[in-house]
Amino acid sequence: MGPFFHLGLTHLNRHSLAPDGTPASHILSFHGHIYDADLAPVPDAQLELWQADANGEYFDREYAARAGAKTFTGFGRVPTNENGEFHFTTIKPGAVRSRSGGATQAPHISVTIFMRGLLRHLSTRIYFPADPHNSADPALHAIPADRRDTLIARASETEANKFEWNVVLQGESETVFFDL
Amino acid sequence: MADIPQYRRPEARSQPDYLWPTYVSSRKRAPKKPLILLPHSLSEVTGPVFGDDAVAATDSDLTTQHDGEPIGERIIVCGRVLDDSGRPVPGALIEIWQANAAGRYRHKNDQHAAPLDPNFTGCGRMITDAEGNYRLVSIKPGAYPWQNHANAWRPAHIHFSLFGAGLLSRLVTQMYFPGDPLMAHDPIYNSIRDDRARQRMVAAFDFATAIPSHALGYKFDIVLRGPDGTPMETTR
Repeated sequence: MGPFFHLGLTHLNRHSLAPDGTPASHILSFHGHIYDADLAPVPDAQLELWQADANGEYFDREYAARAGAKTFTGFGRVPTNENGEFHFTTIKPGAVRSRSGGATQAPHISVTIFMRGLLRHLSTRIYFPADPHNSADPALHAIPADRRDTLIARASETEANKFEWNVVLQGESETVFFDL
Repeated sequence: MADIPQYRRPEARSQPDYLWPTYVSSRKRAPKKPLILLPHSLSEVTGPVFGDDAVAATDSDLTTQHDGEPIGERIIVCGRVLDDSGRPVPGALIEIWQANAAGRYRHKNDQHAAPLDPNFTGCGRMITDAEGNYRLVSIKPGAYPWQNHANAWRPAHIHFSLFGAGLLSRLVTQMYFPGDPLMAHDPIYNSIRDDRARQRMVAAFDFATAIPSHALGYKFDIVLRGPDGTPMETTR
């Protein structure tokens, strides 16, 4: 989408997905970088985030009617800065139950990535470290075991509720991207 | 019985490859490992929902966002957003951005030595109506040079970003103008290998959309992925 997308898309930037009034202890903070094949940071990318609420429910028009206007929508949009870094805050999504008795999905954030040089957007996901649902998650299972770690955020050892998740576009440590 | 709507996957040649070496910026940013086929789940068939409050009335008329009128050829672009079964997509958020008539974006990183227009920002938003219709008033963007190869110029284009029913329908594309000689030389336009699919990025000149003595008209329909249904014959 070229180098000038900020012109048309910045108005919808959403760095905070947590609904108003969320206790501070429930707010998770994510940050990371996007790197190219040379591991150079990408300063002109945009990430869109989509996730379920704490109960594993996705926002839609019925949800909005039920919950009122000022509520969780599950949508975020964040650009990378001049250092190729992005950040956002959110709440932990719940596990997403299938509507037909299929496998339950582990808590995850769907990420869509756009930038100059990508003729189509990329789709990936962020998972949470040590979540008990991860071992049975169908998407993680579709990934070769040695690449699953690219989708699992790393919890900070020093700060509570702080996570790091990086994207490598190409190369040995390439992030897993999905064919939707 | 499936628990979610079923979406077809797009035909390969109708969508660009990630790695497209003639587009130099793709070389170090395109993934090289195979993408992992993801069975569709609730997480992909759902997606962001935007109400009419996401858009103000002036957002769809780029010629009235300042005190004066922008320089350039006034145009009206209208069309429908449809899914790949031919059904209209109501409530789709469309975001657009474009260069001014001189081929310059109002963006700090655009260094092209062409004038900015104090009366033109170059961004707009629309939500499709119940029949999937949208209408945009703007000025025709200029072509501009870029650094991809020697004497490289982008054909005139308007960037379109669309949110349909769910993540699977998300689309970012570009609209081109019919008859532009630069299209044949443009690696981005030519990254779509299927000729008919490529033509779907070119608006149709349309007198019925034009306003006599005021603005020229173009029709540009946009097809998003949608839940499976009976395919309708494509008309273009």
